[in-house]
Amino acid sequence: MSDKREIFSIKDIHVKVEGKEVVKGLSLEINRGEKHAIMGPNGSGKSSLAQALAGHPGYEITSGEAFLDGKNLFEMDATERSLAGLFLAFQYPYAIPGVTVANFLRTAIKARANGDESVLRNFRKDLMEKFELLQMDKVFATRYVNDGFSGGEKKRLEILQMAMLNPKVAILDETDSGLDIDALKIVSSGINTVASSDNAILLVTHYQRILNYVKPDKIHVMIDGKIVESGGPELAIQLEEQGYDRIKRSFDEKVGI
Amino acid sequence: MGDVLDKNKIIEIGDDYASKYGFSDPEEYFHKGARGINHEVVEMISRMKKEPDWMRKFRHKALDIFLSKPMPGWGNTKLLNEIDFESIYYYIKPIEAQGRSWDEVPEYIKNTFDKLGIPEAEKKFLAGVSAQYESEVVYHSLKEDLEKQGIIFLDMDSGLREHPDIVKKYLGTVIPAMDNKFAALNSAVWSGGSFIYVPPDVDVKIPLQAYFRINAENMGQFERTLIIADKGSRVHYIEGCTAPVYSTDSLHSAVVELIALDNAYIRYTTIQNWSKNVYNLVTKRAMAHKGATVEWVDGNLGSKFTMKYPCVYLVGEGARGEILSVAFAGEGQHQDSGAKVIHAAPNTSSRVTSKSISKASGRSSYRGLVKVYPKAEKSKVSVECDALLLDEASRSDTYPTMEIDSDNVRIEHEARVSKVAEDQLFYLMSRGLTEDEARLLIINGFIEPFTKELPMEYAVELNRLIELEMEGSVG
Ligand SMILES: Nc1ncnc2c1ncn2[C@@H]1O[C@H](COP(=O)(O)OP(=O)(O)O)[C@@H](O)[C@H]1O
Ligand SMILES: [Mg+2]
Repeated sequence: MSDKREIFSIKDIHVKVEGKEVVKGLSLEINRGEKHAIMGPNGSGKSSLAQALAGHPGYEITSGEAFLDGKNLFEMDATERSLAGLFLAFQYPYAIPGVTVANFLRTAIKARANGDESVLRNFRKDLMEKFELLQMDKVFATRYVNDGFSGGEKKRLEILQMAMLNPKVAILDETDSGLDIDALKIVSSGINTVASSDNAILLVTHYQRILNYVKPDKIHVMIDGKIVESGGPELAIQLEEQGYDRIKRSFDEKVGI
Repeated sequence: MGDVLDKNKIIEIGDDYASKYGFSDPEEYFHKGARGINHEVVEMISRMKKEPDWMRKFRHKALDIFLSKPMPGWGNTKLLNEIDFESIYYYIKPIEAQGRSWDEVPEYIKNTFDKLGIPEAEKKFLAGVSAQYESEVVYHSLKEDLEKQGIIFLDMDSGLREHPDIVKKYLGTVIPAMDNKFAALNSAVWSGGSFIYVPPDVDVKIPLQAYFRINAENMGQFERTLIIADKGSRVHYIEGCTAPVYSTDSLHSAVVELIALDNAYIRYTTIQNWSKNVYNLVTKRAMAHKGATVEWVDGNLGSKFTMKYPCVYLVGEGARGEILSVAFAGEGQHQDSGAKVIHAAPNTSSRVTSKSISKASGRSSYRGLVKVYPKAEKSKVSVECDALLLDEASRSDTYPTMEIDSDNVRIEHEARVSKVAEDQLFYLMSRGLTEDEARLLIINGFIEPFTKELPMEYAVELNRLIELEMEGSVG
């Protein structure tokens, strides 16, 4: 079993999609109460990593392992991973026409209650609280999941789901993209509210913008399927100033391209 | 009636059957359990019911039409040609209908009742074991209330006995026996069904449900329903239920006629779930007069083969028709359903929304006809059909026909065939739903435009039933 502080660990994982390797040996350890950020240019494999960790069948994990609070992630399917406490906020959330947000979340909460319907007793109240937290109009409860939502509304709904499901480990894939500054602040404060000393958050982002509001403990730079540099929050500032080019260059030199 | 109807081509065949065939006592005749269809059977049905002479003739003429009309050459001709008309009982005495024993009801039907949590008394009724049902008590107080407002709500046989003038005036005016082979068969041998008349400007506040007036003749194979909403009145009728209706008889062929007079409103909601040995061949048509609205809300599960295309004739200016349907075709089933709208007056509008789900070797077809006559200018037509295929073995076809003979008509038409996307499933699974739960939620969402039109308890039952169908646990 794992060390008490560690809640999420990834060891040397490789991911293939459509026959192409896009994550090429990546390791990461996150302790309880920490927030980490993975930053990297477009196409570096960030979303592929996130999808593979959440259990998308199209993303094949060819080697490596991952543990969530001591449980072997790759022995579980997507459903079981969610029930074990993993949450993924999608970069591109899917629409489920005809299924209301309230009905969807009720089903999701029931799914993790092992048939104990009493968990639904406070459902309505909880949901309304979360709508307030994310400053979303309550009519969204009766709208169909992501159906006709704007980009920003979809991102808010992802964080609202996270707040309702209260995961142990949340991977947030480009949750900041497509948000204007006000929305970014609201969404960030939502994330900060959910974050606690018992859970962990892994932000996946292209820009460091969100890191002004959700302060990470550690930053990892991902290029071409690998983490090429890790450091403290100062790394984000550096990246903002210099872009990925400096790191890319030194990485390219290292691997001799 | 509008000139769209052509109900006069009935062949004159005389009326001296009794002397011609030397019929005996109908009680005794049916006691023997006569199978097959001929003038003798028709004569006996009419005598058994002590019907007026005009109805007796109506039946005999219809039988001749039935015998002379060929089988439809479309739909599923293979399945249609497998129907053995000579092996069917065309009339079962109410006593006998009640007399079936619970032991005879197949196990899978009983299991489904259990899963749906249907009370014992209702189970027996649905299985055709008992003709009595608790709601009869409810019905009596309801009936008084309706009578005070002048609303007539009876089974069709009683309707004919107690209100022969209204029945004679309207029966067969929307669906003459000539309409099609199965309408002719129904006209010849009909029993049961509902008869409703709503007086002018009366708004029937609660939906009228077939349940309320249940008796032995309710669930016949050859029901005949006639609803007349007089000027400015409103009524919602609900037929059927989501539990599978078990029938030992393999042919169900109903006729439903709706007449919405000027500015009246009729909604007719059906959910049918016949056992999987049944041919369900139903003719449903409505006449919407000036400013009137008719809405068909029609859900089809179960049966072996269903052919059903609810129709609205928009014969008065400003009339509106809506047909909303859902079909679920599971293994070995063929649901051939659709809609028919005839625009025969200006400023009329129609909307057709058809949803179908096919699973395993199930096949669903949408067959639609929209016709706009030249004088129906400034009319609006909208047709949307959506098919959802659950696997590679299932099948869906669309046969939409539009005959637009008027300019200045606004037409929208959309047809889509889709599959449950892997990405959608994954999204829901990543929230903790199992793959089956995720698929079911997506399906419930798909038919939501339909279920949201149903009364709450029906919507819940329908979703539950689809869940059972998905588990493959309904026979
Ligand atoms: N479903 C997929 N099918 C095919 N290629 C994919 C798929 N998902 C990702 N890729 C490819 O994998 C690489 C990494 O993409 P992605 O993980 O989305 O990167 P990022 O999120 O860092 O922008 C890209 O070349 C992309 O085209
Ligand atoms: Mg990405």
